[in-house]
Parts: sequence; structure tokens; C-alpha cells
Amino acid sequence: MPRTIIEKLWDSHVVHESAGAPTLLFIDLHLVHEVTSPQAFQGLRERGLKVRRPDLTIATADHSIPTSDRSLPIADKIALKQLDQLETNCAEFGIRCLGVHSSQQGIVHVIGPELGLTQPGMTVVCGDSHTATHGAFGALAFGIGTSEVEQVLATQCLLQRQSKTFQVHVDGRLGAGVSAKDVILALIARIGIGGGTGSVFEYTGSTIRALGMDERMTVCNMSIEGGSRAGLIAPDDTTFEYLAGRPHAPKGAAWDAAIGRWKQLVTDDGATYDRAVTISGDTLEPMITYGTNPGMGVSINAPVPEPSQVADPMARDSITKALAYMGLEGGKPLVGHPIDVVFIGSCTNSRISDLRIAAGLLKGRKVSPKVRVMVVPGSQEVKRQAIAEGLPEIFRAAGCEWREPGCSMCIAMNGDQLSPGQYSVSTSNRNFEGRQGKGGRTFLASPLTAAASAIMGVVTDVRTLL
Amino acid sequence: MTPFTNFESRMVKLPLNNVDTDQIIPARFLKTTSKQGLDKQLFNDWRYDAAGNPNPEFVLNRPESQGVQVLLAGDNFGCGSSREHAPWALTQWGFRAVISTSFADIFQQNSLKNSLLPIIVPPGVHAELFAAGPSAIVKIDLPNQTLTTPGGRMVKFPVDAFSKHCLVKGVDELGYILEQAPEIAAYEAAHPATINALG
Ligand code: SF4
Repeated sequence: MPRTIIEKLWDSHVVHESAGAPTLLFIDLHLVHEVTSPQAFQGLRERGLKVRRPDLTIATADHSIPTSDRSLPIADKIALKQLDQLETNCAEFGIRCLGVHSSQQGIVHVIGPELGLTQPGMTVVCGDSHTATHGAFGALAFGIGTSEVEQVLATQCLLQRQSKTFQVHVDGRLGAGVSAKDVILALIARIGIGGGTGSVFEYTGSTIRALGMDERMTVCNMSIEGGSRAGLIAPDDTTFEYLAGRPHAPKGAAWDAAIGRWKQLVTDDGATYDRAVTISGDTLEPMITYGTNPGMGVSINAPVPEPSQVADPMARDSITKALAYMGLEGGKPLVGHPIDVVFIGSCTNSRISDLRIAAGLLKGRKVSPKVRVMVVPGSQEVKRQAIAEGLPEIFRAAGCEWREPGCSMCIAMNGDQLSPGQYSVSTSNRNFEGRQGKGGRTFLASPLTAAASAIMGVVTDVRTLL
Repeated sequence: MTPFTNFESRMVKLPLNNVDTDQIIPARFLKTTSKQGLDKQLFNDWRYDAAGNPNPEFVLNRPESQGVQVLLAGDNFGCGSSREHAPWALTQWGFRAVISTSFADIFQQNSLKNSLLPIIVPPGVHAELFAAGPSAIVKIDLPNQTLTTPGGRMVKFPVDAFSKHCLVKGVDELGYILEQAPEIAAYEAAHPATINALG
């Protein structure tokens, strides 16, 4: 029977099936970070268990780590304790930890791919909902809770129920100023943040095929914002080129064998999906969110909704509440709205191509003196590459802060945050109330829109600067 | 895990759709290395004002909410991050069930592992529960998978058989997986690793 790639990945990882229980699924790569793992390690200790496969497990520090000078001691004592605990746990359980002072430290979803650990055909998990990022390589990758982190540490397996398959087909050429981030924001605006619940997305179509790996990761990253735990793209030459020569990618004969296997990872002709949606890449415009969830998005010049036009009372209340929190009036576009901060970073948009794109627009320009602009590379490796290309000088000359790698203001756990009432254009993935600092207000957008808005000091359609 | 027993309770009502886990417990409280003490931060930024004083308008701060074990929430409750701190905070406050029309996948799985029952009801029942008075009581019977509305109507709710078994018997999933060590070893033998993350 013809199968989708999603079903192929599932079938090849089934360890055991028994009536009346979920399937036991094998996990090929487990990524660990400081925030969702301490209680899991403690659980292992209490039960006297070991980590079953340290060779398939890797840890890094990203969420609560400062993005200021790393040679200085960490001022936040609670964060310091959590970071120390990660090192202690990894040492005790024999896991490699790319911690605070590692030359390979970075956001967990940035380092897995760049080290070549994330590979096509794998199952990848992490105690983090943006694990779907790794789906860009044709892996089944999804976020898990801390109890499941403990289960994977102890057994390298998870009990799972098979999800529905959901095809997201995007065809056509993206216009100037439109990028992968706009594709995913448009999808979420279309299906809503619960639209993919219970499903795994497969992204298909010519628009997706034309994207580079960094951009594919941007798309897959935000699958969870459409309610789907996982989203993936079948591997192709773009994928193989990215992986070739990475530290953990196969070498020599093993590489050739791997390519042979990976080429099988496609959806068969005649396979069917439980659901499907089609998006026209040709007509997409830069997208921006106006509200307090990532589904509250519009194209950049479109008016934000007017609550009185919304029929369903609870949906109307949600929009009214969101606009009140955001300090916005319904019925008007966001373009021209003043902003205080621009954040370029996060596992959605902190890779080298994101930084190149932002630097390309900022080169020879100045950001508005009213705006604080933070540029936070996703990893030490991204930082090194950016330095090699002279990007930090461009950012600094434009008036941006160039910071150390980490999650930073995406989650505002480390002191990088908005003050109450401040507005930010952010390239991250969540605009929930308080996500970027208590009382802070986030407009999610692409690196291009963020850079354009930084220059103008107001929400800006980047196409006016191209 | 302690077995999940039948109970009845009044409801705390939160008539908002898409309540995300950043609202259930904001990220700045996730620097803890413990599971305990999270009840105080449940819905922190709605529950307390800028000075840290309880906001009397917020439903959890009302006298009639104290001791209530059921949260009645809007659609797609628990979306966003995978933080298990969300069900930890909810159960530590005293909730044993959340009723909604839908839950985010990861939140639902995390809840089931922490004896917090996510109950999915059809929109009609959902609206009826929201319309019920403040002293209205619902009864929850997990073995029979029924919710009895304040009006006395018995409504079936879905729970997968395995989660129900684990909840009712207090079985912990990890123990169950560990029993399958031979099957795991057989899978590993047939599928040699393609990476070595250690170096
Ligand atoms: S960058 Fe943001 S979304 Fe990504 S892992 Fe870090 S906190 Fe999570």
C-alpha cells in the first residue's frame, strides 16, 4: 500500500505493539536542555535508573543562559543553579553537554542540525515544543514533556499514538520581501493555532522545494503554532548538501549508503493524507501578527480584525482581549505603528541565512534611535560564521546589539525582555501575553520585516525599502 | 501515582479560548529544578497585579473558587510550550480535571501523566456548563467515562483505554515501558545507531 513519509517514519520505529496500549516507538536522537530536564534526571535517581543510550543523547544550555559577556559570572543565582544542575546531571549520567562555555553551545534546535546529528529518517525528541524544527530533514521530530524526557532517558522509547497525516502544499514563487517565515505565519493564520491538533504536517510543493535548509527549518519550527506536534519535509539534494561534511554526518561508504536510504523517504505516489490545505506561494505577502497567539496574523498592509465583525462570541472575546492587551484598535493596519524593540533571533530565525538577510538590509543604514535592536545568533557556530562574514560589524554600525547565542528574548527567562507596554517586532515564534516580558507586546514577523521596522522605527512593509 | 477516584466538584470557569501554557505558568518561573511549589505561580500574570497583590477580579482569587477541583476552560486549552510545569501547577493548586472542547496535544499527554484528567465535551455541553450557576456541581466518573452535568445529564467523554487504565490503577508508564526491555534490546540489535553523540 502506498504510504506517506510520515507513515514510513512511524513504521520503521515501531519497537512493540500490544492490544490496549499505545505503540512503543524508538527514538534515534534525544536533545536535552536545562529547563525541562532537571526533574527527569531526579526521577532517574529516585528509581536507580541509568541513561540507556548516552550515544543518542546530547545536551546544551540555551533557555536561561545570559546573552551578555560569557566570561563574566552569571548574576541570576536561580538560573546559575539550573545551568550547574544540567552540567552535574550530564556528568553523572554520562551525557555530552555543550554547556555555557562550550564552543558548540547554542539553541538546541540550531545545534542538532549544524552538528549533523539530525538526519533524515530519524525520530527526534526534546523537552521542547519546537522540536518540529528537525522535521526539515525528513525526520519525525516532536516535543515532549518532562515525564517523557525521563522515559526516553531511561528506555530510549516513548509510548505514542499515531497522528493523522496533514499535507500542507505550497506552490509558486515567493515575491521579493516574502520569506519562509511568511509562509508559516500565513498557514497558521489560515488554519488557526489548533488547526493541526492531532496531526503531523508534511510540507510539499515547489515553494517548499525551493527553500534552503535554514528556511525549511523556519517553516517546520512553527508547526506547533498550528497545533501540530510535528511537521516535516521529505529530504532531497538540498538536504544532502547541507549535511555533507557535518561533524556527525556519515562519511565515506557510510555516506553513500545513507543517501541510498534517505532517497526512499518520500511519500509514495497514490498515498493519501487525512487532511490537506493548499497555499499559493505566488500571492503571499509579508505577514505580521497583531494579537496574543501566532494565529492572529495578517498580511502586512491588511487591517487587524474589528471584533464587532466576529460572529462567535468566545472568538470575539478572545480578539477583544488580545487587542486590549496589545493596545490596538481593530480595523486598522499595523504598518506605521511605533515600536520600541526589535528582536532578531530564536530557533525560528537565528541561523546564518537569517542573519545574512537582516544584515543585507541593514548594511549602510541606521536603525531608528528610538528602537533597541537585539541580534542574537542561534549558536556559537552561527556566531563564528557571522564573524567570518563580517556581519557583526554591519549590525553594530547600524546601531544594533550583537549578543551571545541563546534563546534570549524569545522566552525572556534570562533578563533579555520587554518592559510592560513596550512593542517589539520579533522573529521568534510566540506572541503570547508576557512571553517576551511581563506586559510586553510582540508582533511576530520575518527577519526582513524586523530589520525594515528597526530602520524606520515603526512597523514597515520591507518592500518599500527594497 | 495515586489512583484516580471518582469525585464531584463545583467548577472554576475560565471562558477564554486558546489559553496557552505561558499563561498557565509564565516562563520566568521555569528556572526551578523542582516540581514543587508551582501552585503559587498558576496563572501568575492574571492572578496578581504589578505589585504582586492578588487581583480580586481573577477567578482563582474569588472565595467561591477555593477548594474547587474542576477547571472549565475554552477551546484548545494548553497550547504552546511543552512545559509539564503547567499540569504540575494546576494539580498543585487542587485541580483534578479540566473540561474543554479540545486540548493541545502535548498538554493533554502531560496532564494524563500527572493525574489531571482532560475531559473533552461537545460544544453544546460546553455552553451548558458555562451557563450553569456558581454553585452547580459536576460529577466525574472515570471508569465509566461519564460527566454528570448540573442538570443531571450523563455525558460520555473519550479517554484512550491505556491512559484510563494507568489513571484508575495508578500505574506509572515508565514502569510499563521498562518491562519491555527485551523488545527494546531486539530493536536496537536490528537497528545499529548511525550517530554517536558522545564524540
Ligand atoms: S528559541 Fe524560543 S522557542 Fe526556541 S527553544 Fe528557545 S525558548 Fe524555545
